[in-house]
Amino acid sequence: MLSKRVIPCLDVAHGRVVKGVQFVDIIDAGDPVEAAIKYDQQGADELTFLDIRASHESRGTLYHMVTEVAEHVFMPLTVGGGVKALADIEGLLHAGADKVSINTAAIFTPELVKDAAERFGSSTIVVAVDAKRVESHWECFTHGGRKPTGINAVEWAKRMSDYGAGEILLTSMDADGTKDGYDIGLTRTVADAISANVIASGGVGTLEHLAEGLQDGKADAVLAASIFHFGTFTIRQSKEFLASRGIPVRL
Amino acid sequence: MIGLVNYGMGNLHSVAKALEKTGGKVELVSDADALKQYDRIVLPGVGAFRDCVGALKQTGMDVALKERLAAGTPFLGICLGMQVLMDVSYEFGRYPGLGLIPGAVNPFPASHPERGFKIPHMGWNDVILSSQHEPHPVLAPLAGLQVYYVHSYYCAPEHPEHLLAACSYGDYPFAAAIGRDNIVAVQFHPEKSQRAGLALLEAFQQWNP
Repeated sequence: MLSKRVIPCLDVAHGRVVKGVQFVDIIDAGDPVEAAIKYDQQGADELTFLDIRASHESRGTLYHMVTEVAEHVFMPLTVGGGVKALADIEGLLHAGADKVSINTAAIFTPELVKDAAERFGSSTIVVAVDAKRVESHWECFTHGGRKPTGINAVEWAKRMSDYGAGEILLTSMDADGTKDGYDIGLTRTVADAISANVIASGGVGTLEHLAEGLQDGKADAVLAASIFHFGTFTIRQSKEFLASRGIPVRL
Repeated sequence: MIGLVNYGMGNLHSVAKALEKTGGKVELVSDADALKQYDRIVLPGVGAFRDCVGALKQTGMDVALKERLAAGTPFLGICLGMQVLMDVSYEFGRYPGLGLIPGAVNPFPASHPERGFKIPHMGWNDVILSSQHEPHPVLAPLAGLQVYYVHSYYCAPEHPEHLLAACSYGDYPFAAAIGRDNIVAVQFHPEKSQRAGLALLEAFQQWNP
Protein backbone atom coordinates (compact mmCIF):
# COMPACT_ATOMS: atom_id res chain seq x y z
CA MET A 1 0.00 0.00 0.00
CA LEU A 2 1.22 3.50 -0.82
CA SER A 3 2.71 5.08 2.31
CA LYS A 4 1.95 8.53 3.56
CA ARG A 5 5.16 10.57 3.54
CA VAL A 6 6.87 12.47 6.34
CA ILE A 7 9.04 15.27 4.98
CA PRO A 8 11.40 17.40 7.05
CA CYS A 9 11.86 20.89 5.63
CA LEU A 10 15.18 22.69 5.85
CA ASP A 11 15.51 26.41 5.36
CA VAL A 12 18.80 27.35 3.78
CA ALA A 13 20.59 30.62 3.20
CA HIS A 14 23.91 30.96 1.39
CA GLY A 15 24.31 27.18 1.35
CA ARG A 16 23.84 26.73 5.11
CA VAL A 17 20.89 25.43 7.09
CA VAL A 18 19.35 28.19 9.18
CA LYS A 19 16.78 28.26 11.93
CA GLY A 20 14.50 31.11 12.70
CA VAL A 21 14.06 31.70 16.41
CA GLN A 22 10.71 33.34 17.10
CA PHE A 23 10.71 34.17 13.37
CA VAL A 24 13.10 37.04 13.89
CA ASP A 25 16.64 35.97 14.56
CA ILE A 26 18.10 33.64 12.00
CA ILE A 27 20.82 31.44 13.40
CA ASP A 28 23.20 29.15 11.59
CA ALA A 29 22.12 25.58 12.17
CA GLY A 30 24.81 23.80 10.33
CA ASP A 31 25.87 21.95 7.30
CA PRO A 32 23.09 20.83 4.91
CA VAL A 33 24.83 17.53 4.17
CA GLU A 34 25.04 16.66 7.86
CA ALA A 35 21.40 17.59 8.34
CA ALA A 36 20.39 15.51 5.32
CA ILE A 37 22.33 12.50 6.61
CA LYS A 38 20.71 12.83 10.02
CA TYR A 39 17.20 12.82 8.54
CA ASP A 40 18.14 10.00 6.18
CA GLN A 41 19.19 7.87 9.14
CA GLN A 42 15.94 8.70 10.93
CA GLY A 43 13.97 7.39 7.95
CA ALA A 44 12.72 10.58 6.28
CA ASP A 45 10.78 9.84 3.09
CA GLU A 46 12.00 12.94 1.27
CA LEU A 47 13.81 16.17 2.01
CA THR A 48 12.72 19.68 1.12
CA PHE A 49 15.20 22.55 0.98
CA LEU A 50 13.88 26.08 0.74
CA ASP A 51 16.32 28.86 -0.01
CA ILE A 52 14.97 31.71 2.09
CA ARG A 53 17.56 34.20 0.86
CA ALA A 54 17.18 33.29 -2.78
CA SER A 55 18.89 35.79 -4.96
CA HIS A 56 20.63 35.74 -8.29
CA GLU A 57 24.03 35.88 -6.59
CA SER A 58 23.34 32.91 -4.33
CA ARG A 59 22.18 30.56 -7.14
CA GLY A 60 25.61 29.01 -7.58
CA THR A 61 25.90 28.30 -3.87
CA LEU A 62 22.48 26.64 -3.87
CA TYR A 63 23.34 24.43 -6.86
CA HIS A 64 26.55 23.38 -5.18
CA MET A 65 24.71 22.53 -1.97
CA VAL A 66 22.12 20.42 -3.83
CA THR A 67 24.87 18.50 -5.63
CA GLU A 68 26.65 17.79 -2.39
CA VAL A 69 23.49 16.62 -0.62
CA ALA A 70 22.56 14.41 -3.59
CA GLU A 71 25.93 12.68 -3.37
CA HIS A 72 25.28 11.58 0.18
CA VAL A 73 21.62 10.75 0.52
CA PHE A 74 19.60 8.58 -1.83
CA MET A 75 16.05 9.83 -1.47
CA PRO A 76 13.92 12.39 -3.30
CA LEU A 77 15.04 16.00 -2.86
CA THR A 78 12.77 18.98 -3.42
CA VAL A 79 14.38 22.39 -3.74
CA GLY A 80 12.68 25.75 -3.89
CA GLY A 81 13.29 29.43 -3.43
CA GLY A 82 13.52 32.13 -6.06
CA VAL A 83 12.59 29.87 -9.00
CA LYS A 84 11.50 32.26 -11.77
CA ALA A 85 12.21 30.57 -15.07
CA LEU A 86 12.62 27.22 -16.81
CA ALA A 87 16.38 27.74 -16.68
CA ASP A 88 16.25 27.87 -12.85
CA ILE A 89 14.37 24.56 -12.79
CA GLU A 90 16.77 22.98 -15.25
CA GLY A 91 19.73 24.18 -13.18
CA LEU A 92 18.35 22.70 -9.96
CA LEU A 93 17.45 19.38 -11.62
CA HIS A 94 20.90 19.22 -13.10
CA ALA A 95 22.44 19.91 -9.74
CA GLY A 96 20.65 16.86 -8.34
CA ALA A 97 17.16 17.98 -7.24
CA ASP A 98 14.33 15.59 -8.09
CA LYS A 99 11.58 18.16 -7.74
CA VAL A 100 11.52 21.92 -7.86
CA SER A 101 9.12 24.07 -5.90
CA ILE A 102 7.73 27.21 -7.53
CA ASN A 103 6.08 29.83 -5.35
CA THR A 104 5.79 33.53 -6.11
CA ALA A 105 6.71 33.16 -9.79
CA ALA A 106 3.66 30.93 -10.35
CA ILE A 107 1.39 33.77 -9.22
CA PHE A 108 2.95 36.25 -11.62
CA THR A 109 3.45 33.82 -14.52
CA PRO A 110 1.09 30.85 -14.15
CA GLU A 111 2.13 29.61 -17.59
CA LEU A 112 5.55 28.82 -16.14
CA VAL A 113 3.97 25.90 -14.28
CA LYS A 114 2.34 24.57 -17.44
CA ASP A 115 5.55 24.89 -19.45
CA ALA A 116 7.61 23.34 -16.66
CA ALA A 117 5.27 20.36 -16.26
CA GLU A 118 5.32 19.74 -20.00
CA ARG A 119 9.06 20.00 -20.23
CA PHE A 120 10.18 18.24 -17.05
CA GLY A 121 7.14 16.12 -16.13
CA SER A 122 4.39 16.68 -13.56
CA SER A 123 6.12 14.66 -10.90
CA THR A 124 9.01 17.14 -10.97
CA ILE A 125 6.96 20.26 -10.37
CA VAL A 126 5.73 21.36 -6.95
CA VAL A 127 3.75 24.56 -6.53
CA ALA A 128 3.96 26.14 -3.10
CA VAL A 129 0.72 27.81 -2.07
CA ASP A 130 0.78 30.11 0.96
CA ALA A 131 -2.79 30.62 2.10
CA LYS A 132 -4.42 32.79 4.73
CA ARG A 133 -8.01 32.88 5.85
CA VAL A 134 -9.78 36.04 4.70
CA GLU A 135 -13.40 36.20 5.84
CA SER A 136 -15.05 32.99 4.66
CA HIS A 137 -12.38 31.76 2.24
CA TRP A 138 -8.62 31.37 1.88
CA GLU A 139 -6.47 33.71 -0.13
CA CYS A 140 -2.99 33.30 -1.63
CA PHE A 141 -0.23 35.45 -0.21
CA THR A 142 3.26 36.02 -1.54
CA HIS A 143 6.53 37.22 -0.06
CA GLY A 144 6.38 35.01 3.00
CA GLY A 145 2.77 35.81 3.71
CA ARG A 146 3.11 39.58 3.62
CA LYS A 147 1.49 40.44 0.32
CA PRO A 148 -2.12 39.54 -0.45
CA THR A 149 -2.94 38.64 -4.03
CA GLY A 150 -6.73 38.57 -4.04
CA ILE A 151 -6.55 35.03 -5.45
CA ASN A 152 -8.74 32.32 -3.93
CA ALA A 153 -6.28 29.71 -2.66
CA VAL A 154 -8.46 26.65 -3.32
CA GLU A 155 -9.23 27.74 -6.88
CA TRP A 156 -5.56 28.55 -7.37
CA ALA A 157 -4.44 25.12 -6.16
CA LYS A 158 -6.92 23.55 -8.57
CA ARG A 159 -5.64 25.65 -11.44
CA MET A 160 -2.03 24.74 -10.66
CA SER A 161 -2.99 21.07 -10.47
CA ASP A 162 -4.77 21.37 -13.83
CA TYR A 163 -1.65 23.06 -15.23
CA GLY A 164 0.32 19.94 -14.40
CA ALA A 165 1.84 20.51 -10.97
CA GLY A 166 2.35 17.07 -9.43
CA GLU A 167 2.18 18.36 -5.88
CA ILE A 168 0.87 21.34 -3.99
CA LEU A 169 2.92 22.33 -0.95
CA LEU A 170 0.12 23.92 1.02
CA THR A 171 1.13 26.20 3.87
CA SER A 172 -1.36 27.88 6.13
CA MET A 173 0.02 31.29 6.99
CA ASP A 174 -2.40 31.44 9.93
CA ALA A 175 -1.16 28.17 11.40
CA ASP A 176 2.51 28.57 10.53
CA GLY A 177 4.61 28.97 13.64
CA THR A 178 1.71 28.51 16.07
CA LYS A 179 2.38 24.84 16.92
CA ASP A 180 -1.42 24.49 17.11
CA GLY A 181 -1.66 22.12 14.17
CA TYR A 182 -2.34 22.32 10.45
CA ASP A 183 -5.32 24.26 9.13
CA ILE A 184 -7.37 21.12 8.59
CA GLY A 185 -10.25 22.89 6.84
CA LEU A 186 -7.90 24.35 4.25
CA THR A 187 -5.95 21.11 3.78
CA ARG A 188 -9.05 18.99 3.34
CA THR A 189 -10.79 21.44 1.03
CA VAL A 190 -7.77 21.52 -1.28
CA ALA A 191 -7.17 17.74 -1.09
CA ASP A 192 -10.78 17.09 -2.08
CA ALA A 193 -10.67 19.61 -4.91
CA ILE A 194 -7.52 18.69 -6.81
CA SER A 195 -5.92 15.68 -8.47
CA ALA A 196 -2.34 16.60 -7.53
CA ASN A 197 -0.81 15.39 -4.29
CA VAL A 198 -1.16 17.66 -1.27
CA ILE A 199 1.65 18.24 1.22
CA ALA A 200 0.30 19.79 4.42
CA SER A 201 2.54 22.43 5.96
CA GLY A 202 2.51 24.97 8.76
CA GLY A 203 1.64 24.65 12.42
CA VAL A 204 2.91 21.28 13.59
CA GLY A 205 3.64 21.12 17.29
CA THR A 206 2.75 17.54 18.20
CA LEU A 207 2.68 14.10 16.61
CA GLU A 208 -1.11 14.23 16.83
CA HIS A 209 -1.01 17.14 14.37
CA LEU A 210 0.76 14.99 11.78
CA ALA A 211 -1.94 12.33 12.09
CA GLU A 212 -4.68 14.97 11.77
CA GLY A 213 -3.13 16.37 8.60
CA LEU A 214 -3.16 12.94 6.98
CA GLN A 215 -6.46 11.59 8.33
CA ASP A 216 -8.72 14.63 8.74
CA GLY A 217 -6.90 16.84 6.22
CA LYS A 218 -6.56 13.96 3.71
CA ALA A 219 -3.05 15.12 2.79
CA ASP A 220 -0.70 12.73 0.98
CA ALA A 221 2.33 13.92 2.89
CA VAL A 222 3.11 16.01 5.94
CA LEU A 223 5.90 18.53 6.11
CA ALA A 224 7.36 19.94 9.29
CA ALA A 225 10.42 21.88 10.27
CA SER A 226 10.88 22.93 13.86
CA ILE A 227 9.69 19.76 15.62
CA PHE A 228 12.46 17.90 13.80
CA HIS A 229 15.16 20.60 13.86
CA PHE A 230 14.90 21.27 17.54
CA GLY A 231 14.90 17.57 18.30
CA THR A 232 11.42 17.57 19.83
CA PHE A 233 10.69 14.40 17.87
CA THR A 234 12.66 12.27 15.47
CA ILE A 235 11.25 11.23 12.11
CA ARG A 236 11.22 7.63 13.37
CA GLN A 237 9.09 8.59 16.40
CA SER A 238 6.66 10.42 14.13
CA LYS A 239 6.29 7.45 11.83
CA GLU A 240 5.88 4.99 14.67
CA PHE A 241 3.14 7.21 16.07
CA LEU A 242 1.39 7.42 12.69
CA ALA A 243 1.62 3.65 12.30
CA SER A 244 0.03 3.23 15.73
CA ARG A 245 -2.90 5.27 14.40
CA GLY A 246 -3.31 2.88 11.50
CA ILE A 247 -1.80 5.27 8.95
CA PRO A 248 0.32 3.48 6.32
CA VAL A 249 3.93 4.66 6.64
CA ARG A 250 7.29 3.24 5.68
CA LEU A 251 9.13 2.10 8.79
CA MET B 1 32.99 -1.32 -15.32
CA ILE B 2 29.31 -0.34 -15.54
CA GLY B 3 28.11 1.53 -18.61
CA LEU B 4 25.38 4.01 -17.74
CA VAL B 5 23.52 4.76 -20.95
CA ASN B 6 23.30 8.49 -21.54
CA TYR B 7 20.75 9.43 -24.17
CA GLY B 8 20.94 13.10 -23.34
CA MET B 9 17.60 13.48 -21.62
CA GLY B 10 18.31 14.08 -18.01
CA ASN B 11 20.41 14.05 -14.96
CA LEU B 12 22.17 10.74 -14.42
CA HIS B 13 24.04 12.05 -11.43
CA SER B 14 22.03 10.25 -8.74
CA VAL B 15 22.10 6.87 -10.51
CA ALA B 16 25.85 7.16 -11.03
CA LYS B 17 26.43 8.18 -7.41
CA ALA B 18 24.28 5.36 -6.05
CA LEU B 19 26.13 2.79 -8.19
CA GLU B 20 29.45 4.20 -6.97
CA LYS B 21 28.25 4.17 -3.39
CA THR B 22 27.59 0.43 -3.74
CA GLY B 23 31.09 -0.26 -5.02
CA GLY B 24 30.73 0.17 -8.77
CA LYS B 25 32.95 1.91 -11.27
CA VAL B 26 30.68 3.83 -13.61
CA GLU B 27 31.05 5.61 -16.92
CA LEU B 28 28.43 7.44 -18.95
CA VAL B 29 28.07 5.99 -22.44
CA SER B 30 26.67 8.10 -25.25
CA ASP B 31 28.47 6.38 -28.10
CA ALA B 32 26.75 3.17 -29.22
CA ASP B 33 30.02 1.62 -30.41
CA ALA B 34 31.51 2.02 -26.94
CA LEU B 35 28.78 -0.04 -25.25
CA LYS B 36 30.60 -3.34 -25.81
CA GLN B 37 33.43 -2.25 -23.51
CA TYR B 38 31.25 -2.57 -20.41
CA ASP B 39 30.54 -5.69 -18.44
CA ARG B 40 27.27 -4.37 -16.99
CA ILE B 41 24.77 -1.95 -18.48
CA VAL B 42 22.30 0.34 -16.70
CA LEU B 43 19.58 2.19 -18.61
CA PRO B 44 18.00 4.89 -16.46
CA GLY B 45 14.83 6.63 -17.44
CA VAL B 46 13.75 10.22 -17.64
CA GLY B 47 11.27 11.95 -19.88
CA ALA B 48 8.68 10.67 -22.29
CA PHE B 49 8.64 7.22 -23.90
CA ARG B 50 8.59 8.46 -27.48
CA ASP B 51 11.54 10.83 -26.94
CA CYS B 52 13.55 8.18 -25.14
CA VAL B 53 13.09 5.50 -27.83
CA GLY B 54 13.69 8.19 -30.47
CA ALA B 55 16.99 9.21 -28.86
CA LEU B 56 18.11 5.58 -28.52
CA LYS B 57 17.34 4.94 -32.19
CA GLN B 58 18.94 8.12 -33.42
CA THR B 59 22.23 7.29 -31.73
CA GLY B 60 22.16 3.61 -32.75
CA MET B 61 22.02 2.74 -29.08
CA ASP B 62 18.93 0.57 -29.64
CA VAL B 63 20.86 -1.80 -31.90
CA ALA B 64 23.91 -1.79 -29.63
CA LEU B 65 21.75 -2.53 -26.58
CA LYS B 66 20.02 -5.45 -28.29
CA GLU B 67 23.38 -6.81 -29.34
CA ARG B 68 24.86 -6.61 -25.84
CA LEU B 69 21.76 -8.06 -24.23
CA ALA B 70 21.83 -10.97 -26.69
CA ALA B 71 25.50 -11.45 -25.80
CA GLY B 72 24.55 -11.95 -22.16
CA THR B 73 25.69 -8.67 -20.55
CA PRO B 74 23.84 -8.16 -17.24
CA PHE B 75 21.36 -5.32 -17.72
CA LEU B 76 19.36 -3.15 -15.33
CA GLY B 77 16.57 -0.90 -16.60
CA ILE B 78 15.12 1.77 -14.31
CA CYS B 79 11.67 3.36 -14.67
CA LEU B 80 11.41 4.52 -18.31
CA GLY B 81 14.50 2.33 -18.89
CA MET B 82 12.19 -0.56 -18.00
CA GLN B 83 9.25 0.63 -20.09
CA VAL B 84 11.25 0.97 -23.33
CA LEU B 85 11.97 -2.78 -23.22
CA MET B 86 8.32 -3.52 -24.04
CA ASP B 87 6.78 -3.93 -27.48
CA VAL B 88 4.58 -0.87 -27.38
CA SER B 89 3.61 2.11 -25.24
CA TYR B 90 0.35 4.02 -25.10
CA GLU B 91 1.91 7.17 -23.64
CA PHE B 92 0.52 10.13 -25.63
CA GLY B 93 -0.27 7.91 -28.62
CA ARG B 94 1.00 4.53 -29.70
CA TYR B 95 4.74 4.07 -30.00
CA PRO B 96 6.84 0.96 -30.54
CA GLY B 97 9.47 0.07 -27.95
CA LEU B 98 12.56 -2.09 -28.18
CA GLY B 99 10.53 -5.30 -28.11
CA LEU B 100 12.81 -7.12 -25.68
CA ILE B 101 10.01 -8.15 -23.33
CA PRO B 102 6.61 -8.90 -24.89
CA GLY B 103 3.84 -6.67 -23.58
CA ALA B 104 2.63 -3.09 -23.40
CA VAL B 105 3.05 0.09 -21.38
CA ASN B 106 -0.36 1.29 -20.23
CA PRO B 107 -1.59 4.41 -18.46
CA PHE B 108 -3.14 4.25 -15.02
CA PRO B 109 -6.80 5.27 -15.09
CA ALA B 110 -7.61 8.93 -14.50
CA SER B 111 -7.17 10.48 -11.07
CA HIS B 112 -9.94 9.91 -8.58
CA PRO B 113 -8.88 12.25 -5.77
CA GLU B 114 -12.11 11.55 -3.90
CA ARG B 115 -11.04 7.89 -3.74
CA GLY B 116 -7.46 8.75 -2.92
CA PHE B 117 -6.23 7.68 -6.34
CA LYS B 118 -3.97 10.30 -7.84
CA ILE B 119 -1.74 10.41 -10.89
CA PRO B 120 1.25 10.18 -10.92
CA HIS B 121 1.68 7.27 -8.53
CA MET B 122 4.29 8.93 -6.36
CA GLY B 123 5.82 7.77 -3.11
CA TRP B 124 6.91 4.71 -1.19
CA ASN B 125 5.16 1.46 -2.00
CA ASP B 126 5.70 -2.30 -1.89
CA VAL B 127 7.68 -4.74 -3.97
CA ILE B 128 5.91 -8.09 -3.79
CA LEU B 129 8.27 -10.74 -5.09
CA SER B 130 6.72 -13.28 -7.43
CA SER B 131 5.96 -16.58 -5.77
CA GLN B 132 6.14 -18.38 -9.11
CA HIS B 133 9.86 -18.92 -8.88
CA GLU B 134 12.76 -18.40 -6.49
CA PRO B 135 13.22 -14.70 -5.66
CA HIS B 136 15.34 -13.04 -8.32
CA PRO B 137 18.86 -12.55 -6.91
CA VAL B 138 18.79 -8.80 -7.72
CA LEU B 139 15.40 -8.32 -6.04
CA ALA B 140 15.76 -10.68 -3.08
CA PRO B 141 17.24 -7.98 -0.77
CA LEU B 142 13.98 -6.01 -1.13
CA ALA B 143 11.76 -8.54 0.64
CA GLY B 144 9.52 -6.67 3.06
CA LEU B 145 10.92 -3.22 2.17
CA GLN B 146 9.27 -0.31 0.38
CA VAL B 147 10.78 1.60 -2.53
CA TYR B 148 10.19 4.96 -4.20
CA TYR B 149 7.96 5.12 -7.27
CA VAL B 150 7.15 8.04 -9.58
CA HIS B 151 5.20 7.14 -12.70
CA SER B 152 1.89 7.48 -14.54
CA TYR B 153 2.35 4.47 -16.85
CA TYR B 154 3.14 0.86 -16.05
CA CYS B 155 4.38 -2.27 -17.82
CA ALA B 156 2.01 -5.13 -18.49
CA PRO B 157 4.19 -8.07 -19.58
CA GLU B 158 2.43 -10.62 -21.76
CA HIS B 159 4.02 -13.68 -20.20
CA PRO B 160 3.63 -14.22 -16.46
CA GLU B 161 7.14 -15.67 -16.23
CA HIS B 162 8.55 -12.22 -17.08
CA LEU B 163 6.87 -10.69 -14.05
CA LEU B 164 9.43 -10.75 -11.22
CA ALA B 165 7.69 -8.52 -8.68
CA ALA B 166 4.41 -6.65 -8.38
CA CYS B 167 2.98 -3.66 -6.59
CA SER B 168 -0.51 -2.28 -6.43
CA TYR B 169 -1.79 1.25 -6.56
CA GLY B 170 -5.34 1.54 -5.36
CA ASP B 171 -7.04 -1.46 -6.94
CA TYR B 172 -4.48 -1.61 -9.72
CA PRO B 173 -1.80 -4.29 -9.60
CA PHE B 174 1.16 -3.52 -11.84
CA ALA B 175 4.67 -4.78 -12.58
CA ALA B 176 7.25 -3.54 -10.08
CA ALA B 177 9.97 -5.58 -11.78
CA ILE B 178 10.25 -7.63 -14.95
CA GLY B 179 13.02 -9.60 -16.58
CA ARG B 180 14.38 -12.67 -18.25
CA ASP B 181 17.83 -14.21 -18.61
CA ASN B 182 20.36 -11.37 -18.12
CA ILE B 183 17.72 -8.62 -18.11
CA VAL B 184 16.20 -7.17 -14.96
CA ALA B 185 14.19 -3.96 -14.94
CA VAL B 186 12.36 -2.06 -12.22
CA GLN B 187 9.60 0.54 -12.24
CA PHE B 188 10.76 2.23 -9.04
CA HIS B 189 13.90 4.29 -8.50
CA PRO B 190 16.57 2.35 -6.60
CA GLU B 191 18.75 5.47 -6.60
CA LYS B 192 16.04 7.24 -4.57
CA SER B 193 15.05 4.31 -2.37
CA GLN B 194 17.60 4.70 0.41
CA ARG B 195 18.94 1.42 1.84
CA ALA B 196 16.48 -0.75 -0.11
CA GLY B 197 17.61 0.78 -3.39
CA LEU B 198 21.29 0.61 -2.52
CA ALA B 199 20.87 -3.07 -1.60
CA LEU B 200 19.37 -3.73 -5.04
CA LEU B 201 22.19 -1.91 -6.83
CA GLU B 202 24.74 -3.86 -4.84
CA ALA B 203 23.01 -7.13 -5.70
CA PHE B 204 22.93 -6.17 -9.38
CA GLN B 205 26.69 -5.69 -9.34
CA GLN B 206 27.18 -9.16 -7.90
CA TRP B 207 24.67 -10.84 -10.19
CA ASN B 208 26.00 -13.44 -12.59
CA PRO B 209 23.06 -14.54 -14.73
